[in-house]
Amino acid sequence: MDKPIYLDNAATTPTDPAVVEAMLPWFSARYGNPSAIYSLGAQAKEGVTLAREAVAGTLNAQAREIYFTAGGTEADNWALIATAQAYAHKGRHIITSAVEHHAVLHTCQYLEKQGFSVTYVGVDDQGVIRLDELRAALRPDTILISVMFANNEIGTLQPIAQIGQIAREAGVLFHTDAVQAYGHLPIDVQALGVDLLSASGHKFRGPKGVGFLYARDGVKLPSFLHGGAQERARRAGTENVPGIVGLGAAAQLAQASMAWRAETETGLRDYLIERVEREIPHCRLNGHRTQRLPGNVNFSFRFIEGESMLIMLDQAGICASSGSACTSGSLDPSHVLLAIGLPHEIAHGSLRLTLSAENTREELDYVVDRLKEIVQRLRQMSPLYEDFCRKQERS
Amino acid sequence: MYSEKVMDHFTNPRNMGELPDASGVGTVGNAKCGDIMRIYLDIDDQGVIRDCKFKTFGCGAAVATSSMATELVKGKTIQEAMALTNQAVMEALDGLPPVKVHCSLLAEEAVHAALWDYAQKHGVQIPGLKPPKADIGEGEEDEEG
Ligand SMILES: Cc1ncc(COP(=O)(O)O)c(C=O)c1O
Repeated sequence: MDKPIYLDNAATTPTDPAVVEAMLPWFSARYGNPSAIYSLGAQAKEGVTLAREAVAGTLNAQAREIYFTAGGTEADNWALIATAQAYAHKGRHIITSAVEHHAVLHTCQYLEKQGFSVTYVGVDDQGVIRLDELRAALRPDTILISVMFANNEIGTLQPIAQIGQIAREAGVLFHTDAVQAYGHLPIDVQALGVDLLSASGHKFRGPKGVGFLYARDGVKLPSFLHGGAQERARRAGTENVPGIVGLGAAAQLAQASMAWRAETETGLRDYLIERVEREIPHCRLNGHRTQRLPGNVNFSFRFIEGESMLIMLDQAGICASSGSACTSGSLDPSHVLLAIGLPHEIAHGSLRLTLSAENTREELDYVVDRLKEIVQRLRQMSPLYEDFCRKQERS
Repeated sequence: MYSEKVMDHFTNPRNMGELPDASGVGTVGNAKCGDIMRIYLDIDDQGVIRDCKFKTFGCGAAVATSSMATELVKGKTIQEAMALTNQAVMEALDGLPPVKVHCSLLAEEAVHAALWDYAQKHGVQIPGLKPPKADIGEGEEDEEG
């Protein structure tokens, strides 16, 4: 394998060459500060404005509702902390889900330390939020519901329109972390009743370190970084002009190619799932079978551990990820896998493969062939498998 | 993240497998935390470890430390095996990342657990040997996933 087979597109994507091309002039010839009044500055301001309009167009939003940030994490932090601050007089209760990204979960924990109370609504065994639990969690002092659009580990899509409806009826703001969905699935903030939305450039072939927060007109959004008047005085600091231009270009490219990419990825995804389920015993597909990101595949393989799998896949030239403890830097496996009810030892044996439309069936065939060997080899090494086989023989 | 030695022992584990007629078998760790090690010892009448095998469920470091531990006790006397420390296993592997140090402790415990099993079965006293901790989380392994 000269070039690795990249199956970790949920972690990050390569920047599209056309996006790099669009960004380059903004590092050199068009280096002006957008706040400056001479034409070099005005040109940069124009670049940022066009990107803002492009992004707004993809969401059915207005340009002034888009605030550029340094990525998805910042947009999540901002959405939660700002609404908590701005609406604390109305109440100090926030509802979120048990399967959010740490950018949301850890921000909620931070807000709990600041005296807010947070309800973490559970999910079913496929990772879909329990809407009855969500409804029951609403209180007179609830100010915000924050539920992700699509899960980054198991790919499950949440019923965003229904949650938007629930929020609307309750008079509560609705934020969605759409970092995994934006640029991959159509999103209409009007139709979905979304008030705040986070996205990140590098998940849809844009550059890293740039993202945006959509905040509906009329939603109070206190400034997050204090200083100059950039981003309508909400997010101070000289704009990351090349990054913002790149994000805008990536958003437009993603929008234009969305339909065929989703179709291609779904085909590849289901092919991969089918081969694994048919050829590797004792595996379990994690997440919803159809309400799922087009490129997401997540399996647990019993009796083996994820990190070992990743090292062996890497040796075979395959980039993947896992929710095992060893890859999370803690003793517990992924909170998402535990939330869908997996026992710890099965959660440790999880493998996430996230595809792009550039992957081919030939690549996936190679991956499944290697994966079969790797799982078999690790099971031969596993005392859990040995015990399992003994038990089978006895019964 | 891992040293070349760790990668070597992970990729080409030494003494991986089972000993059907082992004189002592020890299993330590916990499926919940993601590491289980089992060590098989074949000990002769002179108290020398003639053969040693391992099976491990766990990360790269868990496999490498068990592999190295078997290398370090094979051919040794019980007393020499008793003196094996996690430090020695780590040094032999040219070090481990800080978050993986517990794997080397587990390897040391696995050897001791296998010696304990041997001592119990053969009615021998091994000075300094304590009973292994019983925290193997295999209970939930019954139903099909
Ligand atoms: C669902 C979700 N939210 C937030 C983030 C954080 O985005 P960023 O890396 O741009 O800060 C990620 C990226 O891993 C994600 O998958």
